[in-house]
Amino acid sequence: MDLKYTAAEDAFRAEVRAFLETRLPADIRTRMSLGKRFVKDDMIRWQKILHAQGWGAVMWPQRFGGTGWNVIQQHIFEEERADIGAPPQNAFSLKMLAPVLMTFANAAQQDYFLPRILAAEDWWCQGYSEPGSGSDLASLRTSAHAQGDHYLVNGQKTWNTLGQYADWIFCLVRTSAEGRPQQGISFLLIDMKSPGITVKPITMLDGEHEINEIWFDNVKVPAHNLVGEENKGWTYAKFLLTHERTNNAGIGYCKRALKKLKEIAGRQLANGRPLIEDARFRDRIAQVELELMALEITNLRVLSATASESRALGPEVSVLKIKGSEIQQTLAELQMHALGPDALPYLRDALDADWIADPLFAQHYREYAPPLSGQYFNLRKTTIYAGSTEIQKNIISQLILGL
Amino acid sequence: MDFTYSNEQLALQETLQRFIGRDYGFDRRREHSRTALGFSADAWARYAELGLLALPFPEELGGLGGNAVDIMLVMELMGRGLLLEPFLSTIVMCGGLLRDAGSEPLRGKMLQRMGAGELKAALACYEAAGRYDLSHVACAAVRSGAGWRLSGEKTVVLDAPSADYFLVSARSSGHAGEPHGISVFLVAREAAGVSLFAYPTQSGGRAADVRLDGVAVDEAALIGAAGDGLALVERAVDRGIAALCAEAVGIMTALNEATLNHLKTRKQFGVPIGKFQALQHRMADMFIAAEQARSMAVNAAVYADSLDAAARRRAASGAKAYIGQAARLVGQQAVQMHGAMGVVDELIVSHYFKRLTMIDLSLGDVDFHLARFSDMLS
Repeated sequence: MDLKYTAAEDAFRAEVRAFLETRLPADIRTRMSLGKRFVKDDMIRWQKILHAQGWGAVMWPQRFGGTGWNVIQQHIFEEERADIGAPPQNAFSLKMLAPVLMTFANAAQQDYFLPRILAAEDWWCQGYSEPGSGSDLASLRTSAHAQGDHYLVNGQKTWNTLGQYADWIFCLVRTSAEGRPQQGISFLLIDMKSPGITVKPITMLDGEHEINEIWFDNVKVPAHNLVGEENKGWTYAKFLLTHERTNNAGIGYCKRALKKLKEIAGRQLANGRPLIEDARFRDRIAQVELELMALEITNLRVLSATASESRALGPEVSVLKIKGSEIQQTLAELQMHALGPDALPYLRDALDADWIADPLFAQHYREYAPPLSGQYFNLRKTTIYAGSTEIQKNIISQLILGL
Repeated sequence: MDFTYSNEQLALQETLQRFIGRDYGFDRRREHSRTALGFSADAWARYAELGLLALPFPEELGGLGGNAVDIMLVMELMGRGLLLEPFLSTIVMCGGLLRDAGSEPLRGKMLQRMGAGELKAALACYEAAGRYDLSHVACAAVRSGAGWRLSGEKTVVLDAPSADYFLVSARSSGHAGEPHGISVFLVAREAAGVSLFAYPTQSGGRAADVRLDGVAVDEAALIGAAGDGLALVERAVDRGIAALCAEAVGIMTALNEATLNHLKTRKQFGVPIGKFQALQHRMADMFIAAEQARSMAVNAAVYADSLDAAARRRAASGAKAYIGQAARLVGQQAVQMHGAMGVVDELIVSHYFKRLTMIDLSLGDVDFHLARFSDMLS
């Protein structure tokens, strides 16, 4: 038992840090640190830089072009990435779809799709939820009928994140109405350029366009885009969700958000003194920092245990998802509350990269302030997506506790 | 980074677990708690045989050279078994303090006998007006010839009634609340002028208020340098905190097991009550709380031996504040979900709950440690 990093791990951290310091483009770094509106090109550019370094997929094994890093190295990389403010990588392709492809897809699919993900040639999005199928995902109705060498897909997906930029979508579709709902689901890869696909934006409570409805009207999908076996998709879907939830712990993101919270509380004034000197507010920061300290170790304990037992991640990731999402929300809430009355202005344009504050008021204007309320509103999603907190508690009760 | 235990650690854990299973069941524990001593002298002798009492002491003094992670493993099981013996006071806090700062002759004289189970000691570091503040020391140490005279009152000294010695924090200069001017003295229970008001604690152990009326000690009784004692006491208490956190984790784990078992076996409305989602989700919350608490206890243990006082304090206070809250949730909800069976003396559940509650109130409660952690925020 030793929580200290080894000399080799420290050296690895220094190498990662040096790489990030020199290779992260300054404009991207600035946009990230100021909480500017999402720019797809930033993520693509960054993925290509990482790929050129051989770090395009930190979680993948080497035989698929990944780094082969162990869980501690991955943790260090993620921590440094978040700390310096480099963009996150596309989780849908790298962390969710890829493990499914590596485990269940055929060689041709692996050979075609995985390198393209690494090189940022394809942007992937997820087609899971439907209007009538949220927490009860297995009740999904989007259908795929086999017709010769292709499937004909009809239906509607929703809560699709960033699909407006996507080249491909991985979808859960119903290929059979026989047996239990879970038994008739298949996992299909669909080209977003296919005729019959319509993407309709959904405006979120922060006023931003992050999610979409996706409509399928007689969309032809080649049969060779089926992953694994027909009607076995539910198994792959659950496997994917387990991977998705681990990433939802978001330790690196939370550590950076905590640091930022302290900076903000150090700059905001109350009665002419820095807010962080107010014991009541500081105690609220302390409480969330404690939760984060505990989660960081719990996260490493879970990852180390699975690595040393050579097993896949199991239902314990639900613990990470519940706690991680709650901590993200609390940090966003405290950042907003640190602003006090300055949380009220809705400066939508301030999220644009080239926005400049009105020079008359520039002295009062603090560049960190405009995105914070929107981020608080936006992050209410974290305890809802990827299996709501209530679903995670069902999983813990049933699969860990045996209730 | 390494989250595994060594084979020696696993063996130690297994040995103690076997002892508890065979010789220290809940019924025995209840009997021990009701004796005048308040614990089992036989068990204490067994711990000595097993090497537990020499665990953190240096090998040249017959010890095993163990670290705070070893202590954590022991304390976790002490929690699970609700063991009453004064391991925390004698071995972890006083033994640790003597190991760190005792003179060679004193270490030679004390540690070997402590490790053999022949000597017990208690840390007298709190006073009524100071609540949990270790610098609030009014107890006076006045030079007298070649030695010192100590006068004052230390309150709720854990395991004092059975102690042969006390380690007393006393003020040799300055005023209560000041960090400098505190000195630590070794005082024999039998010394003239020492009197005790002894009582059982809410969780079945023993403690006492200790009065010192001009107690004469010689210069060799001074541990460390005069006036610099606070750092020693803080270090001993931080180590005690890490140990208490591990004990709490042991209890929470056991309490969750008991509650889960109850949910699976107790039937109402024709089904096990664990089929109700309201209870399932609460049980999930308790499970999460215990896992998070375990992480914090590990962190406290890993830093407990650290000489970096700030890092150690941050880990100890963070863990104590976090675990106090987690333990409140687990303890209260375990009682709640056991229904009326949760509020009777007969089941171990209420005893676990009481011990968890008293752990929170010992060596600084949630509010105290949250404030200490919060004040250190960068």
